[in-house]
Amino acid sequence: MKMTGAQILIECLKKENVDVIFGYPGGQVLPIFDKLYDSPVKLILVRHEQAAAHAADGYARATGKVGVCLATSGPGATNLVTGIATAYMDSIPMVAITGQVKSFLIGNDAFQEADITGITRPITKHNYLVEDVKDLARVMKEAFHIASTGRPGPVLVDIPSDIQMQETEFDYPEKAVIRGYNPHCSGHPGQIKRAAKAVAESKRPILYVGGGAVISGASEEIIELATKNDIPVTMTLLGLGAFPMPHRLALGMLGMHGTAYANHAIMDSDLIVAIGARFDDRVTGKIDAFAPHAKVIHIDIDPASVSKNVEVDIPIVGDVRVVLKQLNEAVKKPDTKAWLAQIAEWKKLYPLKYKNDESLRPQYVIEQICEATKGEAVICTEVGQHQMWTAQFYNFAKPRTILSSGGLGTMGYGFPAAIGAQLGRPKATVFDIAGDGSIQMNIQELATAVANKLPVKIAILNNCYLGMVRQWQELFYKKRYSYTCLNNAGPDFVKLAEAYGAVGMRITKKSLVRSAIDKAIATKNVVIMDFVVEREENVFPMVPAGEAINKMISGGLA
Amino acid sequence: MKHTISVLVENKFGVLARISGLFSARGFNISSLAVGETDDPSVSRMTIVVEGDDRTLDQIKKQLNKLIDVIKVVDYKEGSFLDRELILIKVSVTAKTRKEVLEAVESSGAGIASAGSASISIEASGDQAKIKALIELLRPFGILEVVRTGRIAMDTGDKALKAEGKPEVNE
Repeated sequence: MKMTGAQILIECLKKENVDVIFGYPGGQVLPIFDKLYDSPVKLILVRHEQAAAHAADGYARATGKVGVCLATSGPGATNLVTGIATAYMDSIPMVAITGQVKSFLIGNDAFQEADITGITRPITKHNYLVEDVKDLARVMKEAFHIASTGRPGPVLVDIPSDIQMQETEFDYPEKAVIRGYNPHCSGHPGQIKRAAKAVAESKRPILYVGGGAVISGASEEIIELATKNDIPVTMTLLGLGAFPMPHRLALGMLGMHGTAYANHAIMDSDLIVAIGARFDDRVTGKIDAFAPHAKVIHIDIDPASVSKNVEVDIPIVGDVRVVLKQLNEAVKKPDTKAWLAQIAEWKKLYPLKYKNDESLRPQYVIEQICEATKGEAVICTEVGQHQMWTAQFYNFAKPRTILSSGGLGTMGYGFPAAIGAQLGRPKATVFDIAGDGSIQMNIQELATAVANKLPVKIAILNNCYLGMVRQWQELFYKKRYSYTCLNNAGPDFVKLAEAYGAVGMRITKKSLVRSAIDKAIATKNVVIMDFVVEREENVFPMVPAGEAINKMISGGLA
Repeated sequence: MKHTISVLVENKFGVLARISGLFSARGFNISSLAVGETDDPSVSRMTIVVEGDDRTLDQIKKQLNKLIDVIKVVDYKEGSFLDRELILIKVSVTAKTRKEVLEAVESSGAGIASAGSASISIEASGDQAKIKALIELLRPFGILEVVRTGRIAMDTGDKALKAEGKPEVNE
């Protein structure tokens, strides 16, 4: 049957079981929007294209499915860029569709023209400029295949508007055939054997779990590996949730703002089993001083991640879940009694703590959100102090419950991601934990959330500062708070919420925190909780940039 | 250390930009780059000469392999490959030096591509040693212009670098 390019695009989305996409209309996507008008594929109209990309990302992280966003050419497409880069850094499956000026105008500096395939080349897993309507169905099949397999990532498809209007026979390929793309799945049996031997011989082993474990759905396998063999587990920001907290073997997050016991444990370990993690600089600190006595087993689907930052002794390229199943069958229990006793000692000596006095402190708010939701809500964050406090004080019990921009560190990510997450998991309680700085980067999406009845709970830890930068200025720049004070200039978040038709609350007393959270959870509308917190609270422990990760500043708390 | 890397890629627009982008994003200078279609018109072959330590080169090869449009990557080790480059050199001549230049060209095994009243254009192909020797031989006469295609390379043995007839199928 003959169809226009626009119709083919919608049919492809249907074939890929996409029922919701995030987007914003414009001149060069009019044919697509016309077909969307009476299509079962629902579009969530955002108020800024950046939010469309973040919402698609949040949807993908919360559900494991591919997130889809749609924008027009030129500024529509360039507004997606931050969202695409965010997804790329965190390996999130996403298909971004952009309109392009008519084929014969490309390169003419036409109105709203931008070379978006050129612009996004370094921040996409792959991208396409569709030159012929006959290629469109194949390109879409490939785009979804590439985005969701191997190490996932965003794929952009740029479709000139004349191609959206041209007709051709619609024939959706059953398989994507790409000769240059064949991701590994199972681990090499010889390497598995070597890894199993290394585990059995280790005295101070540790599992270092990253976002790849969440993506591959390897929680059960990790729990089995850890609990059957009594091996402690530390996680990266994106790995949180892959192993349940609290747990006798769980050490929480490691790295710059990790727990002291996680950092001491990895530094003193004699075997690191890295599982879908990439030894990021925020995790390793000073790389030459990192875990000097440890052998490293690195399990990752991306060969380019192996031996990139840290020399690996036993690389195993493959899907984390598949490899761990193999490893679990082969492994023999090491004797870790003395090691676990040492770790218990560190836990006792250096617990995570904050000054739990009468003032309203941000860490307390997060503890209360955790208690109220039993650690099972979907928690999105922006970027900054509140993000690190969330990682420290919210005990994530399940995978796909923390949605946070780890690699790129994008302020303004959390709220649109929460919108995407709430759509993907309508029954879940979804929070965006934010700072008063970050929330203002995509605050316009209050309209999207209210209009679509997505009851996201926004908890603003309001200190009237860009707090993380202020903290660095306090510690390393002689308290010269250069342009980090938001100066009590508002906005009044309660009135702002009300202006959008949401519910606003202001909480200034510690004693009122829990009741506000409970009330927000019970409210079937978007809620902003404006927690007016201690202004100069710092995130501790902290490893100064370029230091070894056991050289932590404790802020006098330890 | 200099590495000579052969890359089989899909013969599509944008592929060269993807590959050069990988190098430039990591601050690597490509010493030379030669691209051409293979016997299979859907496949192009690139020969890239680049300087770097083994660890960074290892990372570059992995990154190249990650590109969807890259079909195969081979890093030739010193000595185990055959390499050729084509060079055109324009040398200035006078009535007095013309004969000397022609003799030098003949002795070196190079050829005359064209001859003008005040210059001679010489063509030669060969490995890096030969090209370098030719340039040095002609330098005293006054080189006006040099253009080189960049190195191309293949394995000296019976092994062949092919895109493989049968693409693997993904579910």
